[in-house]
Amino acid sequence: MNSAISFFYFLSFLTVLSAVMVVVSRNPIHSVLYLILTFFTLSGHYILLNAQFLAAVNIIVYAGAIMVLFLFVIMFLNMKQDNEESKTNLTKIAATIVGGTVFVILFGAYRKSVIPGFDPQQFDSQIGMIENLGHLLFRDYLLPFELVSILLLVAMVGAVMLGKREIGERHF
Amino acid sequence: MDLTEFLIKTATIFVVFVLTLVIAMYSTWGERKVAGFIQDRMGPNRAGPGGLLQPLADAGKMFFKEDFIPALANKWLFIAGPSLAMLTALLASAVIPFGSTFRINGHEVALQGVESNIGILYVFGVVALGVYGIMVGGWASNNKFSLLGAIRAASQNISYEVAMGLSLIAILMMSSSLSLGEIVAQQHGGNWNIFYQPLGFIIFITCSFAECNRVPFDLPECETELVGGYHTEYGSMKLGFYLFAEYINMFISSAIISVLYFGGYNYPGMDWVYTQLTQALGTETGHNVATLIGTAVFFGKALFFIFFYMWVRWTIPRFRYDQLMNLGWKKLIPLAIFNIIITGAAVLFLKPMITAWLN
Repeated sequence: MNSAISFFYFLSFLTVLSAVMVVVSRNPIHSVLYLILTFFTLSGHYILLNAQFLAAVNIIVYAGAIMVLFLFVIMFLNMKQDNEESKTNLTKIAATIVGGTVFVILFGAYRKSVIPGFDPQQFDSQIGMIENLGHLLFRDYLLPFELVSILLLVAMVGAVMLGKREIGERHF
Repeated sequence: MDLTEFLIKTATIFVVFVLTLVIAMYSTWGERKVAGFIQDRMGPNRAGPGGLLQPLADAGKMFFKEDFIPALANKWLFIAGPSLAMLTALLASAVIPFGSTFRINGHEVALQGVESNIGILYVFGVVALGVYGIMVGGWASNNKFSLLGAIRAASQNISYEVAMGLSLIAILMMSSSLSLGEIVAQQHGGNWNIFYQPLGFIIFITCSFAECNRVPFDLPECETELVGGYHTEYGSMKLGFYLFAEYINMFISSAIISVLYFGGYNYPGMDWVYTQLTQALGTETGHNVATLIGTAVFFGKALFFIFFYMWVRWTIPRFRYDQLMNLGWKKLIPLAIFNIIITGAAVLFLKPMITAWLN
């Protein structure tokens, strides 16, 4: 087996393991840390696919910013409190049904889907490099790109509006 | 990549690793000496000549102290905190170009751990991860003051990363490359970015102070409010790792500043020196010696910025937390956006005009 493939299997094993640990961990902080590990292994997969820009941005945006905020919020919660009693049998049954349905749907979709192959002779291995990505985004897909940025701007303005204090509200 | 190149790369990475550690170690000595000088006293002068063995004595003390873990702390995360801080601090030096190339037996090897086309993004990603060490350690200590310190660190880092990223974009617009090696090579011949980006430089250096948790932005370890901040519960080498990681971060950010704004290994008259050396010593040795001089210049610049960090630390008092947040969100980010607009306009309109006028 060549080294790239064995590395791929190792990385996939780590990804699945840490993703399972996110769900299984009883401590939310551990869950978040395993999720960060999952993002790292996903970035490893991107690098294996020669998509370095995607790997770096995945780390910066997800591991570097969003997960910090997750951790930030979870640290404010009181972990010592045991809230096991909130999980009644009804909740457990509902969760099992929802989870099982999602699994069945995903499995069915996987069974039905046809994975498009590629021609190794014509495949451009440099396609994920930042220069090519930039050319693609700013030349062929300029309008969608700008629309997405406007969408993000609107979301940002909305978040600021929601977070703003109303007149007469208490300052602290 | 054949064996010679592989060996040179390995040697480079090892040397960079050792140098980072040694510089961080002697920064602690330098900091006390600078503090002593600024406060009109001697600084450390007992261990060795001029106190030069002081870092070793400190390391010995740190290692042999009792390795204490508080009873109610989360044991694994308590250990993971300083380890993460150290890990993320050491990761960033991989893409920094410390010099131009070495020629050995006809092989030309860049003095850089990894030449990557996303170099600056990699550094930015690692910097973004730097906060985990502090957050995890602060939370795992199971102490209110540590937790407050950790939370301050998180919000401060996230806020200042935005302004830092925006000030970097202006540089990237000028260089049109994310590779640090390329950015340095473009600054050859006195073409340093500081002359084109003075505003960006001020924003960047302010943000890097905040990212390193240095005075005037060391709110996460503000001893007047939070006892010791995130490392209140830490002792022995685990505390040592936190402090050490801070000095490594200082060195890395100084190196990045000199790469981005001060031309890295470029210095005035380097072409003349290069010609003289290659004529006198032959193309191979002369080239290598010229590279070494460039590397020395690079380290000189980086060390100056480490000194600058210390200078500021013993000059400027600490900010209040709301002042810190106001500075980050209401002043630096609008300034950085303004800088991007100015740079964009200059690249589009001013640059063609000046080039046309000069020709």
